[in-house]
Amino acid sequence: MQEKLLEVKNLRTYFHTFKGVVKAVDGISFSLGKGEILGIVGESGSGKSVTCFSILKLIEEPGKVQADEIWFQGKDITAASEKEMTKIRGKDISMVFQDPMTSLNPLYTIGKQIEEMLILHEPQMDKDQRKKRCIELLNAVGIPNAEQQLKAYPHQFSGGMRQRVVIAIALAANPKLIIADEPTTALDVTIQAQILKLMKKLVQERQASLILITHDLAVVSEMVDRVIVMYCGKIVEQGPVDKIINEPSHPYTIGLLDSIPRLRKEQDRLDFIPGMVPNMYDLPSGCLFAPRCKGCKDVCRNREPEMKTVGSNHSAACHFPRIDY
Amino acid sequence: MQNMLKYITKRLAQTVLVLFVVAMIVFILTNYIGDPVSAMLTEEATYETIQELREELGLNDPLPVQFFNFLKDAIRGDFGNSYIYKQPVLQLIAERMPATLELVTITALLTLIIAIPLGVFAGAFPKSRISKLIMTGSILGISLPTFWIGMMLIYIFSVQYGVLPASGRGSTVNVLGLELSIFAKGGWRYLVMPSITLSLAYIATILRLTRTGIRENMKQDYIKFARAKGVSSKNVLFHHALKNALIPVVTVFGINIGKMFAFTTITETIFAWPGMGKLLIDAIYRSDRPIIVAYLMITSVMFVGINFVVDIIYTIIDPRIELR
Amino acid sequence: MGKKIKGFFQSETFFRYRHNIPAMVGTLFIVIAVFVALFGRQLLAVQNPYDLTQLDLANAYLPPMWMEGGSPQFPLGTDNQGRDIFSAIIYGSVSSLTIGICGMTCACLIGTTLGLISGYFGGVIDAVIMRIADIQLSFPSMFIALFILSVVGQGIDKLLIALVCVGWVTYARTVRGATLSVKKMEYIEASKTMGLPNFLIIVRHVMPNVVSSVIVLATIQMGDFILTEAALSFLGVGVPVTEPSLGLLVKSGFDVLFSGMWWTSVFPGLYIMLLVFGINLVGDFLRDELNPKLK
Repeated sequence: MQEKLLEVKNLRTYFHTFKGVVKAVDGISFSLGKGEILGIVGESGSGKSVTCFSILKLIEEPGKVQADEIWFQGKDITAASEKEMTKIRGKDISMVFQDPMTSLNPLYTIGKQIEEMLILHEPQMDKDQRKKRCIELLNAVGIPNAEQQLKAYPHQFSGGMRQRVVIAIALAANPKLIIADEPTTALDVTIQAQILKLMKKLVQERQASLILITHDLAVVSEMVDRVIVMYCGKIVEQGPVDKIINEPSHPYTIGLLDSIPRLRKEQDRLDFIPGMVPNMYDLPSGCLFAPRCKGCKDVCRNREPEMKTVGSNHSAACHFPRIDY
Repeated sequence: MQNMLKYITKRLAQTVLVLFVVAMIVFILTNYIGDPVSAMLTEEATYETIQELREELGLNDPLPVQFFNFLKDAIRGDFGNSYIYKQPVLQLIAERMPATLELVTITALLTLIIAIPLGVFAGAFPKSRISKLIMTGSILGISLPTFWIGMMLIYIFSVQYGVLPASGRGSTVNVLGLELSIFAKGGWRYLVMPSITLSLAYIATILRLTRTGIRENMKQDYIKFARAKGVSSKNVLFHHALKNALIPVVTVFGINIGKMFAFTTITETIFAWPGMGKLLIDAIYRSDRPIIVAYLMITSVMFVGINFVVDIIYTIIDPRIELR
Repeated sequence: MGKKIKGFFQSETFFRYRHNIPAMVGTLFIVIAVFVALFGRQLLAVQNPYDLTQLDLANAYLPPMWMEGGSPQFPLGTDNQGRDIFSAIIYGSVSSLTIGICGMTCACLIGTTLGLISGYFGGVIDAVIMRIADIQLSFPSMFIALFILSVVGQGIDKLLIALVCVGWVTYARTVRGATLSVKKMEYIEASKTMGLPNFLIIVRHVMPNVVSSVIVLATIQMGDFILTEAALSFLGVGVPVTEPSLGLLVKSGFDVLFSGMWWTSVFPGLYIMLLVFGINLVGDFLRDELNPKLK
């Protein structure tokens, strides 16, 4: 068993709004090993992004984060103050955002924005060292003419190039963990694969861990070691990537996989998950997926299923998980 | 750099064009104010003397020729003599300009010093009670009739308590060729009420704009990304959000300086501040056409100049603006 | 229509409005001011302060009724001609509101129309309208109004002309911008291919998209116009002295301020302030409510 980097126990993030309480993340627990790449999959609104922002305590009003324990590098950061968190953010855990067009400050040069990270977290460096490091980083993410590009402004770059810059910023302080929130969703399909490969390579070179948030199971299958599937703020299934892809247990995971078109397989029609994601203000009792589930029984509507082990390191929150592979 | 030069040249050409149009409008419309001949001659003048003078002044020439002559004189700074003061108009205005410039400068500084910190505070803590107070206060600020506030200040501080002078600008000191009262002993006492009166509305507008800018920018992704980088909330506010929020403030502040010049007419009337604005109002009462024309042309040049400077500043602080 | 009204009262906007104390207070001010302007002359005024035969110099310089020497007949005191300040404010507020509403309506109609034309048709018309707007915007509106009035002279009609000349630009600009973005939408293309005349496309599809910004602009401009009217009248270039005006009242109070007769100028000014404050409170609520960027 590899050493644990991050362990989250019973994380709950509730938004207290004018219409009622939204349980965006409701009691999820998971852990992440050193050097491991974890994928968090789910539809929009399933709470994947909120989970990550909660770990970094970047949830804004009216949201509230609660957790039994959040261990990071052997330290409990559940009750860490804002001041302690600013030291962890960027230095130990950094993020890559979804839309590179909006995640860079339009008024500062690329160089300044990378340098900011170094000034914050590598205070021992002098100006020349920082410049050298910035150039190294830009080279590492595959931006040509790094030295000149330091003086460029974000608007002079394309989306793909900007995301490379964002990745360079995320890597600048050699973090232990990088959280990438749908890093390729806003990019052209042709560039998506390049960026993902780049991220995987860079993370592995630096022996860092990566949490990759995505709604795209195809991305997951190529990139990650382990997968967490989320639905309406809860984890419905987790396990090693090959098990999730080839032997999914939870009907929701099965539905997700069936709705991906497979190019090489004969397939008459594409399956879909019937019904709609429930209203977050008014969640059903029992299993949250019950109203859309083909194998729904009475017990599903009344009692919430617990996490059940369905294989080695593989578990699903379903009363009737599929195990007959 | 070459782009910048090209841009400046182009903007300058546009500026000249605007001024030409303004000169034309001013020339055509002011033709209807007062008859210069009857203003210059006594009532017993004969028909012949009137005609002679009209010929001499070029009033019998076709309108385009008159306009051309007007332009030629205006460029040389010759706007003729005032009907009332019987002095060259340019000299009259030049004598009073430092007073107005001083009032506007002090007001502009006062506005920035008060409005931006309050706006940042109200934008950063929108839920705080102080912010709500600032915001409601600012709505009151834009609802105040300037002239009335000036009078109320005079009544309280001059008539009731007698602590501040109600009118005039006191003695002045010559600084770099300009007669200024702020540097004279006790000169600031003359400036307090006029500049507060003039600044209230602009403090309110700039404050509200800063606050909106901060609020909108604080919701942007790049702010969240900066937070994820480990930038403290204070630095996110001052290093990232404020600079972005100030871009629209620069433009509006430029426009507001122009408005301040226009509103000095009121402030100067109330406080008997011997500036250009008061000169204009007096000239309007007495149909003193040369003063009105000269005032309009000179202030137009100033407004256009301010806009020009604001545009240049704008391109410097916002790298996204393309120099076209 | 009934359904629409009912829907409005159940909407989130109305909910927030009911919980927004400043907006409610503002509405109250406006309702009172409109009531006073409509019925005040018959119900509240003691005299017609602009009918010289009703004035009595024996009543001149009376302070407000709660002060020594005040008379309950003249609750807010009288001026140097024995004119009741309270009645004068009522008469003056009619002018203020009339000029505010008429000026705003004309400016709004002209500006919106020009903006729609400019944005929808583009080309030479657009270039001409927008160049005029550009030139005009480089000068403060107070300056332009002063200029126009110094040429054409005093009068309520001339004041209105000046305000409209100054006020149309903001609408034209905003509406043009909104029209340009709506024009790119596919449903406009669809309407065009269906052969709907331009006029109908504008009325049915473009107008609804610009209404909310126009409402916000109009509310704020109305307060602005009332202030500008008062300021210009105060300067002596707006409403002529024979007509009722709050700005002129303040001006006549200015002349006697140094002798301690504060009431002749304080109350009319206070009334302008409260009226404009009320309008701006509502305008502020609407602006926040209709600004998608803050949601």
